[in-house]
Amino acid sequence: MELFVFIVAGGACIIGALGVVLSTNPVHAALSLVGTLFGIAVLFIAQEAHFLAAVQVIVYAGAIVVLFLFVLMLLGVDRAEDLSIEPLGGGQRIAAVIVGLAVLALPLFAIWSTEGDATGAGPQAGDANLIDPLVPNINQLGESLFTTYLFAFEVTSVLLVIAVVGAVVLARKVKRAELIDDPLVEAHEAERAAAEAEAETDEPAEDESTADADAEPAEADA
Amino acid sequence: MLAVAEVTPAWYLVLGSILFSIGAVGLLVRRNPLVMFMCVELMLNAVTLTFVTFSNMLNDINGQTVVVFVLVVAAAEVVVGLGIIVALLRKQPTATADDINVLKG
Repeated sequence: MELFVFIVAGGACIIGALGVVLSTNPVHAALSLVGTLFGIAVLFIAQEAHFLAAVQVIVYAGAIVVLFLFVLMLLGVDRAEDLSIEPLGGGQRIAAVIVGLAVLALPLFAIWSTEGDATGAGPQAGDANLIDPLVPNINQLGESLFTTYLFAFEVTSVLLVIAVVGAVVLARKVKRAELIDDPLVEAHEAERAAAEAEAETDEPAEDESTADADAEPAEADA
Repeated sequence: MLAVAEVTPAWYLVLGSILFSIGAVGLLVRRNPLVMFMCVELMLNAVTLTFVTFSNMLNDINGQTVVVFVLVVAAAEVVVGLGIIVALLRKQPTATADDINVLKG
């Protein structure tokens, strides 16, 4: 049974991975990536990592791939490209395949030379991080994350905040200071002030005009 | 070893190596920045698969904890990377990886 699961999920992984590399259309590449990610989630379940399998589907297939597709659709770069006229010399492509085979050969040799046991010493009986088959996977993972790795966990929250700030900075197209002299913005500001004076109690209308004032200059600039 | 009809951890390690190599070749061969990014995700996933395999092999939960951190870093990396790619492709819709040298200012 495990053999069957491994062959199906592993096959989905490899076919998806080849699809990412070989497909000419970036949208097809993104959808092939979903196949690989699902295959890996199934292999996680086969190895008793239930929480990670759920997270894999939710975060990768549910968020990251959707983000990729969103960018593809938003920018309209979802057309097929001719791989043969990509600005690459033939020599570079051959060199890339040779490097790939070398990268593959190194871990395969390590696995072969240690007869599939390439890990060194495992944890001793009685260690806190030993997996107990009677305790649910998510309990053990949570305990490890919030005791042993609590500081690292807190640092990842800082990392996420930095990523959010960076994304906002990158996504902002025009600085406010550059817009001050724009007549279009001044017209919108005047319009907004008038709308505010007219309907002070009407909150949604005010929000709408603010959104307009922000969106229109960016479009005009583009 | 492969003739035995029983899945050993080594099979998972071999699969992880193959996925990593495919991702590495894709990163070197493709010139669309978005597809290159997907290849990086492929390599990250190959490594997480290896971590979970070692966790299962050694009966040690720490391997799975590391995968959680890899997921967080991957999410942050995708956010910032796609931000840069969107800013680049907005300026020049046919941009390739070579055009990212505009970042040097």
